[in-house]
Amino acid sequence: MEHKKINLTLKIWRQHGPKTPGSFVAYKVAVSPDSSFLEMLDDINNDLESKSLEPIAFESDCREGICGTCGLVINGQPHGPIPRIATCQLHMRNFKEGDTIYIEPFRAKAFPIIKDLMTDRSAMDRIMEAGGFISVNTGSVPDGNAIPIAKEIASESMDAAQCIGCGACVAACKNASAMLFVSAKVSQFALLPQGMPERYQRVETMVKVMDEYGFGSCSNTYACEAECPKGISVKNIARMNREYFMAKIKSTNVKV
Amino acid sequence: MGWVWKSLNSSIGKKLVMAITGICLILFLVIHLINNLTLYAGPDLFNTVVKSLDGIKPLIRVVEIILGLIFILHIINGVRLWIENKKARPVNYTVNGSSKNTTVFSRTAFFTGSIIFIFLVIHLRTFWVAFNMGSELAESHRYYDILVEAFQSPIYSGLYVVAVLLLGFHLNHGFQSAFQTFGWNHKKYFPLIEKIGTIYAVIMTIGFASIPIYFLFFFGGK
Repeated sequence: MEHKKINLTLKIWRQHGPKTPGSFVAYKVAVSPDSSFLEMLDDINNDLESKSLEPIAFESDCREGICGTCGLVINGQPHGPIPRIATCQLHMRNFKEGDTIYIEPFRAKAFPIIKDLMTDRSAMDRIMEAGGFISVNTGSVPDGNAIPIAKEIASESMDAAQCIGCGACVAACKNASAMLFVSAKVSQFALLPQGMPERYQRVETMVKVMDEYGFGSCSNTYACEAECPKGISVKNIARMNREYFMAKIKSTNVKV
Repeated sequence: MGWVWKSLNSSIGKKLVMAITGICLILFLVIHLINNLTLYAGPDLFNTVVKSLDGIKPLIRVVEIILGLIFILHIINGVRLWIENKKARPVNYTVNGSSKNTTVFSRTAFFTGSIIFIFLVIHLRTFWVAFNMGSELAESHRYYDILVEAFQSPIYSGLYVVAVLLLGFHLNHGFQSAFQTFGWNHKKYFPLIEKIGTIYAVIMTIGFASIPIYFLFFFGGK
């Protein structure tokens, strides 16, 4: 099955290191419509390396949209123009002959650029360490259905748990706010009985760490939900706000 | 009570301050519009209403101070959020994709708010100062006449219409945004809240904008 290749102009953000200024470099490519976006970048890198030039640094791992490692801002949209997919699932058939595509890294104070299109998103790991877990200290595997959880509640929790932590919400938000990410991580536990013991401590410390890293506040524009590859709902942000207010009323922590 | 201050200065706390003050201002605008609409009944009713408010001046002064503080909190907190949010993204995107994933109402909340603020200052100068600091020798039609005179100016009337149009944009975003911030986003009720917000914003825009148009083009029905 041989398809005609499409000719594209790519304007790719090149930046040598965290402190050096970056700029766009244009690359003219002829690419198969069956190629994925990242395969196209792989081809460019092969070509660059064969000429002993510095390849473009970008991140990827599973390449099937479940790990959250890849993430490029393509023509102003995190993960590109197609909703509900990660960058690795984007294919070149979604672009037309002669298109110019701007490829930028996620831009946020909390996501410093390491090189080219690679950003340091470890701020999200620090938020997780602050409370994105449940403490299970003892015992063996409990019996199935020992704790009754309604199907709808379990589904809602799993919907929140779909978050792959890619950071597209931060990249899409005009304020570079991490509220959708943090709210998904708060919600997945807040909905289940297993999350109850650490409920208030969790939301308070996670929001505190989020604020420390310099993410912006939420303006309720809902760009995050629109760009999220997993379709995480902004209802989670509302839930996190509720959890936060309840924590403020009920928790005994006076330090946050 | 350090935790109260810390909480109100957290990212969620600052949004809560915006939402609570916003809802107060939303309610204030309803009262303001009802007062304004008495203009359509002619000079007598409007002057009677304003005079009766004059009769309970000490109470009105207290309400004015509270209202002023709410405005100041909303504005200062909004500006602070805007500055902090700008700092959260020191380098902007070259291609801005925001029109693909947000509404014009939510994107422009700071811009519309800024224009409304400028208008508010002019508006207070035109009416609040004239109503409160004017001559004590009040004739029967004094308040109404101040209005008629102000709306004779196409510049002021034009500014008024533009400002309330942008106010409508601001309210259309702010109404639903406040409920989302409170955490009241429910599958059943939130679509209704969004609709009510839009209807509210349209009523406010048409209601307020109709008055300068009525006076400028229809001479107050004379």
